[in-house]
Amino acid sequence: MRGKYVIAGIGNTAFGGLPGRSTISLNVEAVRNALADAGIDKDVIDAVMVKYPTSRFESMYAMKVAEALGLMPRINCVVDQAGASNAGMIAYAAMAIEHGQCDVAVVCFADNPKTGSRAAYSRSRDPNAVFGWFGTPAAYAMIARRHMGEYGTTHAHLGAIAKACRRHGAENPHAQLRKPLSIEEYLDHPLMVAPFRRDDCALVTDGGAAVVVMSLERARQLKVRAPVAILGFGQGHTAWDVALRPDMTSTMQKVSAATAFKMAGLTPRDINVAQIYDCFTITALMTLEDYGFCKKGQGGPFAAEGALEIGGALPMNTAGGLLSETGMPGLQLVLEGVRQMRGEANLQVPHAKTCVVSNQGGVMHTHSTLILGQP
Amino acid sequence: MAAADAAAALRPPADPLSDPFWEALRTSGDLTFQKCRHCGNSWLPARSECPRCLRADWGRETASGAAKLISWIVYHRTFNDAFADRLPYTVAVVELTEGPRMASNIVGVADPETLRIDQPLKLVVERDFGTAVPRFTPV
Repeated sequence: MRGKYVIAGIGNTAFGGLPGRSTISLNVEAVRNALADAGIDKDVIDAVMVKYPTSRFESMYAMKVAEALGLMPRINCVVDQAGASNAGMIAYAAMAIEHGQCDVAVVCFADNPKTGSRAAYSRSRDPNAVFGWFGTPAAYAMIARRHMGEYGTTHAHLGAIAKACRRHGAENPHAQLRKPLSIEEYLDHPLMVAPFRRDDCALVTDGGAAVVVMSLERARQLKVRAPVAILGFGQGHTAWDVALRPDMTSTMQKVSAATAFKMAGLTPRDINVAQIYDCFTITALMTLEDYGFCKKGQGGPFAAEGALEIGGALPMNTAGGLLSETGMPGLQLVLEGVRQMRGEANLQVPHAKTCVVSNQGGVMHTHSTLILGQP
Repeated sequence: MAAADAAAALRPPADPLSDPFWEALRTSGDLTFQKCRHCGNSWLPARSECPRCLRADWGRETASGAAKLISWIVYHRTFNDAFADRLPYTVAVVELTEGPRMASNIVGVADPETLRIDQPLKLVVERDFGTAVPRFTPV
């Protein structure tokens, strides 16, 4: 299947505070833009795959999206792999097309926690409320502290991840947060849930994004302008909750990547640009290690050397990622990977031919990898 | 929300599997865990089948109270009003000598930034929020 399927179109809404917009409306706008980008009519779509809004679970959500799109698709589903869902669904779409179950799929996500409810980001996991364990940053901070203890990772190392993303986001006219961050500024901010500061944490965003998946052959028939090849994909899931996880500082992202690299026939050395899920700084730092871009435990020094910034050895999150472009869970990373492979990114990495995209969810529970390239 | 209601909201919901864990803490100060009679695996929190051999043949054992610190975080802002007057406070993951890991708090430490991973801890059961809360302190 290597290179047989493509991302034919990408679309998104504005990112930030979008008061009064429903998640259905944001999904429709993102899909409309993705169809326009692909240059195709909506009637060729026969699969609609959706990640439900993180801020509010709704049963039958994918059917509500399909209804708003005026479609009666062959495949219509929500896939719940938390933040790894979007990359996962792109892979499922390719596999479904391969087996004749559908022909052209849209994968989309939208949410409105910035102007809607943020309650999902403050809750506790039973039975931990009595200990005061509340909020999404906590378990990631727990992992970060263990990583610091095991490998000597420092606050400044975490800050280097944020600095790279913020530098790239500052140059992205569509980014929600366009404010560069120096290591000194990062360290000057107070600890929030130590070892984390505010700048370790993803943005909270209203917005949506969508991609169109089809075969390269179909893309050529439909005269799609700039299809981007899906060279490889893979998944791996760390079932244990953070408190119970036998090894807190390595994840099944390693397995996810190994599967994707094997399918693509590539190694980390062959990758020109990376879009790495950065819901928190530690997430990106550990993913770089688990992907094999540096040795285990060396993610901090790797980031501090400037490798991840534009012009570095492995430019990462060239549109700003979750820390600067938009906090939406993952699809924006796919969109930027597609722009890089088309040679049309705002901060284009010269001659980039391959891009790895990581998605993850829960608290490093779910992991999905895509490798994008040239058709 | 009245203080009593806020405390009730923090307590684990009534559940036949986990109630004995909290009851043992309240009545005797014992920290108990489940142990599989078939494969010897030990675990927390309560679940109905052994996650190693999948059998439902287990008993409850009392932990010695000795543990080590796997990791910890320090809240400097609150995500829940019930903890607003407790800042800063420390939440931890600890590993009991008997094997199971659990979430807890570290108490009796002036500066939690001086803690270190894997350092030995001992159990301290404290009355709080209308129940008995298993917390740990450095040995």
